[in-house]
Amino acid sequence: MAADGLHENETLASLKSEAESLKGKLEEERAKLHDVELHQVAERVEALGQFVMKTRRTLKGHGNKVLCMDWCKDKRRLVSSSQDGKVIVWDSFTTNKILTASGDGTCALWDVESGQLLQSFHGHGADVLCLDLAPSETGNTFVSGGCDKKAMVWDMRSGQCVQAFETHESDINSVRYYPSGDAFASGSDDATCRLYDLRADREVAIYSKESIIFGASSVDFSLSGRLLFAGYNDYTINVWDVLKGSRVSILFGHENRVSTLRVSPDGTAFCSGSWDHTLRVWA
Amino acid sequence: MAASSAPLGGHSRVQRPHLSKMERMVVTMQDPDQGVRMRSQRLLVTVIPHAVNGSDIVEWLMQKYSIAEDEALHLGSLLVQHGYLYPLRDPRRLELLPDETPYRFQTPYFWTSTLWPAAELDYAIYLAKKNIRKQGALVDHEKEHYQQLHRKINHAWDLVMMQAREQLRAAKQRRKGDRLVIACQEQTYWLVNRPPPGAPSVLEQGPGRGPCTAGRVPMTKTLDFYRREVECLRRALGRARVKSSTCLEAYLKFSSQHGPHDPIMSGCLPSNPWVTDDDAYWAMNAPSAAVPTRLRVEQWAFSFRELLEDPVGRAHFMDFLGKEFSAENLSFWEACEELRHGGQAQVPALVDAVYQQFLAPGAARWVNIDSRTMEQTLAGLTQPHRHVLDDAQRHIYLLMKKDSYPRFLKSDLYRDLLAEAVVPLETKRRVFPFTRKPRHSSPSPAVLPASASGEPVGGDGDGET
Repeated sequence: MAADGLHENETLASLKSEAESLKGKLEEERAKLHDVELHQVAERVEALGQFVMKTRRTLKGHGNKVLCMDWCKDKRRLVSSSQDGKVIVWDSFTTNKILTASGDGTCALWDVESGQLLQSFHGHGADVLCLDLAPSETGNTFVSGGCDKKAMVWDMRSGQCVQAFETHESDINSVRYYPSGDAFASGSDDATCRLYDLRADREVAIYSKESIIFGASSVDFSLSGRLLFAGYNDYTINVWDVLKGSRVSILFGHENRVSTLRVSPDGTAFCSGSWDHTLRVWA
Repeated sequence: MAASSAPLGGHSRVQRPHLSKMERMVVTMQDPDQGVRMRSQRLLVTVIPHAVNGSDIVEWLMQKYSIAEDEALHLGSLLVQHGYLYPLRDPRRLELLPDETPYRFQTPYFWTSTLWPAAELDYAIYLAKKNIRKQGALVDHEKEHYQQLHRKINHAWDLVMMQAREQLRAAKQRRKGDRLVIACQEQTYWLVNRPPPGAPSVLEQGPGRGPCTAGRVPMTKTLDFYRREVECLRRALGRARVKSSTCLEAYLKFSSQHGPHDPIMSGCLPSNPWVTDDDAYWAMNAPSAAVPTRLRVEQWAFSFRELLEDPVGRAHFMDFLGKEFSAENLSFWEACEELRHGGQAQVPALVDAVYQQFLAPGAARWVNIDSRTMEQTLAGLTQPHRHVLDDAQRHIYLLMKKDSYPRFLKSDLYRDLLAEAVVPLETKRRVFPFTRKPRHSSPSPAVLPASASGEPVGGDGDGET
């Protein structure tokens, strides 16, 4: 038995160092094809003008913190959260599947009718805080973000992690796919939002500003993907030019942290929910 | 996880990076050369050194971070709310006033980022002192807390009172200015740690978070974890990558193509219902609108996926396929979608139905799949699961995408749809987020908003990346 114990220890240490060296190699490989930065490519794109968006609706009536909200049009996407921090995403076009992320580091795919666990996804080293389904043609992947600072892309069919990105410096609170499905954005407690391209297999943009020091809690794209709306723990919403990397506008109004943010399915507005017990619709 | 100083029950410094950043910010603000202008502040008969004006704070933040006044005021307010700055005159509310109101920087001993546990005993002593000084006239919530604590730690009350009296006595020995400053510092500390009702608690963290390995038996779990990580990394290394320039160009193309279809970027006609309270836009763009709008019909040409996602587009495509005697392809694809997304219990029945209708030899709506895929699919049917038709579905999808879809876009059917499509007239003067780029709708002439001809004013004067 003592021999087994030793063996286990050796394997653990060697696995750990193998993982580290593989990570180093992976970063090298990723860097090889990185021939240009996004803001350079975007130089020839026309700059955005003055941006004016106002609260068009304020929804009061909650007796407590708004943690999550949903848009319901065609009953397309519904998001809800429970008190123990579980995040549930379900697209009711896929009426019977529920994809959950939880505080034990796993994601799981459930069959609602039978309550059966269809697939579980292991790989995060800490609580999983957020996830989003890919809008791709084959629709078999999703991305998750966690307290381990990692964003991971999963194949729903095999349960395997397909890609992983570890560039944030703190918990990832929110992940959302770019409308084409070729990339996703993340918002983190490190006060930055980042864009990761799935084909290039790397982070391609960071959206940050020295004056923004509070974590981003929730992100979403406008329909064309040109704008990224991000709600922050400092009660504000920052609007980013996805291509140029600059901050287009800052929106005030909430009186406590913005906890959730979603663009409407038809892109005419977005809604933000806050710990100040209100929801605001901006257009 | 990095060790941190004595936090109880929750979140170490590492997990609240904004506090460290605020710390660094106030240190920079106190720099003798580059920091905020310090003045001596006269309060009645005392002079307090190293005070700063609210307006100077705002000014400094605007300069340092190249931000507009509203953002600077907001940022400064957060610093005050978190107790890194305190108002010198009666700090009952932690707010930043952008005028001559004097503030001072909180002593590091009381910095929120140290996350001292703010024990009940300390709070009791503080309230006791206040109670003595004010001869019983504590404010409501403090009075309540005081009474609660008196009940709760009754056994230690002698200690509390003794400490309170001792601290008050020691304070009397100090100079008036020091006494005032220390009192402000302490009051601010407790306003942050025991906020009055109505004030947001800046220390609140929401649903708890933590590393999932905490408290578990480390060995087995960690082994599995690293094994999986190594596997994942090996797979990732072997992944085919596309060079950045290609990927990034794709964003430009996507954004410019979809820009006119993005109501926030380009507005929407006749008007944005949220802005004008007229929901004609929603009526015109309802999922099964009889006559789709021009923008909508144009979008079917962007990608096959976008055509299929629109129920009206899909229906017209089905009609087109019908004319080409290949409608079974789309029907098969739809049946596969149902299988993939449906309930677990329905799987066997659905698989069987699909087989009977589309795959069996001599089936009524037989789909033309290559022999290899067909063979593999049929073999897989013996053990039906929701992904058993994935390969076949993908084959048919690609067939439609490469073959039928381009023909559809060139067809008379599609051309007629474009021609008949509705182009809504504007009902009101355009009000949409970007005032610089007016949307042109034909046939009505574009109406330029008044400000569009002016120079673009950046939202906050910064255009940096």
